[in-house]
Amino acid sequence: MTHTLTATGNAYVSEELLTGCQAVAQGVRLADVDVIAAYPIRPYTEVMDLISKIIADGRLTAEYIIADSEHGQFEIVKHASSVGARAFAGSSGTGWLYGFEALAVTATDRLPVLFLVGNRALDDPGAFGVEHNDALAVRDLGWLLCWVTTPQEALEHVLIGYRVAEDRRVQMPMALAMDGAFLTHSQHIVRIPSVEAARKFLPPYDLGDRRLHPDNPISIAPQVNEDWVMEIRRQNWEAARRAPQVIAEAYREFDAIFGTDYASSPFFTEFMTEDAEVVLVGLGTVAAPARTAVRRLREKGERVGYVGLRWFRPFPTVPLRECLRRFQAVGVIDRDFAHGSPDDGGILLHEIRSCLYPAAERPAVVNFIIGLGGRDISIADCQRMFDLTRQAVGAAGGDGLVRWIGVRE
Amino acid sequence: MVTPEQNQYEPIKSVHQVPLEEFYSSGHRTCQGCESALTMRHLAKAAGPRTVVTGSTGCMYVANTSYMTTPWIIPWMHTQLGAAGASALGMSAGLRALMRKGRLAEERINVIAFCGDLGGGDMGLSGISSALQSNYNLLIILYDNESAANTDIQATGLTTYGAQTTFTPPGSAQRIMQRRWKKNVAGMMAVGHPTCRYVATACATYPPMDLMNKVRKALSVGGPAFIHTFCPCPKGWDYHPRYSHEIGELGVRSGIFPLYEVVEGQVRYTYDARKRRIPVREYLTKQGRFAHLVDEDMDHIQQMVDEMWEKWEVPGVAPFKGPLSEA
Ligand SMILES: Cc1ncc(C[n+]2csc(CCOP(=O)(O)OP(=O)(O)O)c2C)c(N)n1
Ligand code: SF4
Ligand SMILES: [Mg+2]
Repeated sequence: MTHTLTATGNAYVSEELLTGCQAVAQGVRLADVDVIAAYPIRPYTEVMDLISKIIADGRLTAEYIIADSEHGQFEIVKHASSVGARAFAGSSGTGWLYGFEALAVTATDRLPVLFLVGNRALDDPGAFGVEHNDALAVRDLGWLLCWVTTPQEALEHVLIGYRVAEDRRVQMPMALAMDGAFLTHSQHIVRIPSVEAARKFLPPYDLGDRRLHPDNPISIAPQVNEDWVMEIRRQNWEAARRAPQVIAEAYREFDAIFGTDYASSPFFTEFMTEDAEVVLVGLGTVAAPARTAVRRLREKGERVGYVGLRWFRPFPTVPLRECLRRFQAVGVIDRDFAHGSPDDGGILLHEIRSCLYPAAERPAVVNFIIGLGGRDISIADCQRMFDLTRQAVGAAGGDGLVRWIGVRE
Repeated sequence: MVTPEQNQYEPIKSVHQVPLEEFYSSGHRTCQGCESALTMRHLAKAAGPRTVVTGSTGCMYVANTSYMTTPWIIPWMHTQLGAAGASALGMSAGLRALMRKGRLAEERINVIAFCGDLGGGDMGLSGISSALQSNYNLLIILYDNESAANTDIQATGLTTYGAQTTFTPPGSAQRIMQRRWKKNVAGMMAVGHPTCRYVATACATYPPMDLMNKVRKALSVGGPAFIHTFCPCPKGWDYHPRYSHEIGELGVRSGIFPLYEVVEGQVRYTYDARKRRIPVREYLTKQGRFAHLVDEDMDHIQQMVDEMWEKWEVPGVAPFKGPLSEA
C-alpha cells in the first residue's frame, strides 16, 4: 500500500523505524486504550514490552495488568470491556489456545476488545515460527479476524479494528493477526499518526446500555439454555453479516483523514492481476516473495498476479468470488493445516472453494501447504507454485490438487 | 470527604440493624435450604447498591441466574469457571481507568467476584492469587458447598475427607474414595499474600450477621480481600433442607470449619475452637454423605481436627508444626 499525505497533511506527525509489534504498541497508545493485560509468549510479547514502557514514560494512561495466564489475561480484558473500558490483549500459538474458553465467550458476549495474534506454531514439537492455525481457531466463533502485512498497516488497523469492533452495528471482538517473526519482528519505516487525527477517526468507546455499572444494573450472560440461545446466536450472526459494510465505511473515513487508500479494495489487495491468467492467493507476509515472483515471471511474459487476503472474518465472499472467477487458475497458499478435511487441504482452500462454488464458471483451484512452523517461503517457491497452478488449467484431475511445498518427502 | 478508596459502613450489631432492602431477591431456582444462595443474599445486602458482581459457573450461576428471572438487583455478570480472580481484576481495572480519565464519576464502586470450591479452590487458584496481589479494592468470595454441586455433586479439593460424592462412591473394595484432606484455601491465601489486608472465613448463618459484617469489613479495608464461606448443601450433603442452618453451626462448633479473620496479618478467631469444640461426630452423623463411615474413620477425622487446633503453629489457619528448628 502506498500512502500519500493529503491536504490534512499533519495527520501523520513523524516517521519511526518500527517492528510490527512496536507499531501495534503505538496504535494502542493512539487508541487511548484503558486496560491492557499482558502475559509472555513469543513472538507477540514485544508489543507488551513496549506498551509497559509507554505507560511507564507517561505517554498513555492505562491500567496494565500482568496476568497469571492467558485465560486470566483474556478474562481480564473481557470484564474490563464490560464495564466500558477499551481493552487490549494478545498472544501467540499455544498461549492463544490456553485462553480459548475466554475467547469463545468474549465473542458470544459481544465485547469489542482487540487482540494481537503474533502467529506461531501450536507446539509439540516446539516451534516458535509462524503458522496460522492459532488465529484461525477462532474463525467460526464470532470474531473479526484480519491479517496485516506491514507495520504501517498494523498500526493503522489497531485504530480501524477498534472502530469497527466497537460500532453499535457490530460489537464483536477483533483479532489482528500478523506473521510471527516475519512481521512481528521485522522493522520498517512507519509514519505515526497524530493524536488528534487518531481521536478524530476513533470516537471514545461507548457500550451504551450494555455497560455493567450500578446505574445500569443489568445481568450479563445469565443461563438461557435452549429457550433463548438460538435467538442470541442469531444476533451474533446478524452482527457478523453487518460487519463488511461497517469495515468499508471505516476505511473510507480513514482514507479521508489520513490520505491512505484502503477503501478501493477493503478486504483484499490485488497485485498485477488486471490481465492475469494465473494467481496465487495468500494471507500475511507471503505477499512479499509472491509479489517479487510475479514481477520476475512478468518479465518473462507470464500473465500472473497475487491476491493478498486481508479480512478472513467476515469473509469477503462476493467480492472475492467476483475477483477470482476472472482467472483460469488459482493457487491457494495455506500456512496452516486441516488434517482430514475435504481434499486434505488447508483451511483457506476450503473457504475459497466454497466461496467460488456458486460461480457458473470456476477457475481451477489448487492448494499449497507451505512455510509451516516459520519455514521460509522463497521467491523460487512462489515461482514453482505459479508453475504448478498453471499446470492445473485444463488438466484432468488438476482441480483441487493439494501439494506440500518445501517439505522433505 | 470520603475518597473513592474508602467505604464507610455501619457494623451490624443486632438483627434490627440488618438492612431491609434486598439486592439479591426472588427469581433463583436453587434448592430449598441452599446456604450458598443465602451467602449471595447476605453479600449483596451487606455491600449495597453501588456494587458490581461477577460469579463463576456453578450452582450460583446455573440454578441461580436464569435469563428473564435474574435474582440480581445489582449488576451481575457471569464469568468462566476458573476466572473469578480475573473478572475482579478486569472490572476493577476498567473502573479505575475510566475514573482516572474522567469518563466516570469518581466514586467507590464495590467489585465482588464469587466462585465455588471447584471453580475457585481448584481451577481458579492462580487467578485469585493474582487478584490478591493487586492494589485494587476488590473482594473474592469463595462459597464452599464442598462439591461440584452443579454437575451433580462431584468431589473437589475442598470436599471433606471420606464424603460420598458421585466421583467418590463407597464400594465393596474401597469404603472411602475421597482420601484427600480438605484444602486450606483461606489459610493459603492469607499466608501467601503478605500485602493482602483482609482474609476471612464465614458461615452465612452462624454466628448470625457475621458474614455481612465481614463483607463490610472486606469492602472497607482498602485493597483486595478474600472470604471463604461454609455453605451446607442439602442435596449434596444429603440431609433435610430444614437443617441447613444447624449443620452450618455444627460445622463451626465442631471446629471442622475454622472461623476467623486475618486483618493485616493478625488472626482473630470468630469462633475459638481451641477453647471449646463439640465432637465432630455430631456434625458428621447428621449427613447422608458420611453414612458409610465406620468408627475408625470418624476417629481419624476427629484426630485431624484436633491436630489442626492443638498442633498447628497458627491453629485453624496455618499447618506448620512448631517449634522451629535451629538453622
Ligand atoms: C471450564 C469448565 N469446565 C467444566 C465446566 C462444567 N461445570 C459447570 S459448573 C461445575 C461445577 C462447579 O463447582 P463449584 O465451583 O464448586 O460450584 P458449585 O456448582 O458447587 O456451586 C462444572 C465442573 C465448566 N462450566 N467450565
Ligand atoms: S445443589 Fe446444593 S449448592 Fe446447588 S442449589 Fe442445591 S443446595 Fe444449593
Ligand atoms: Mg461447589
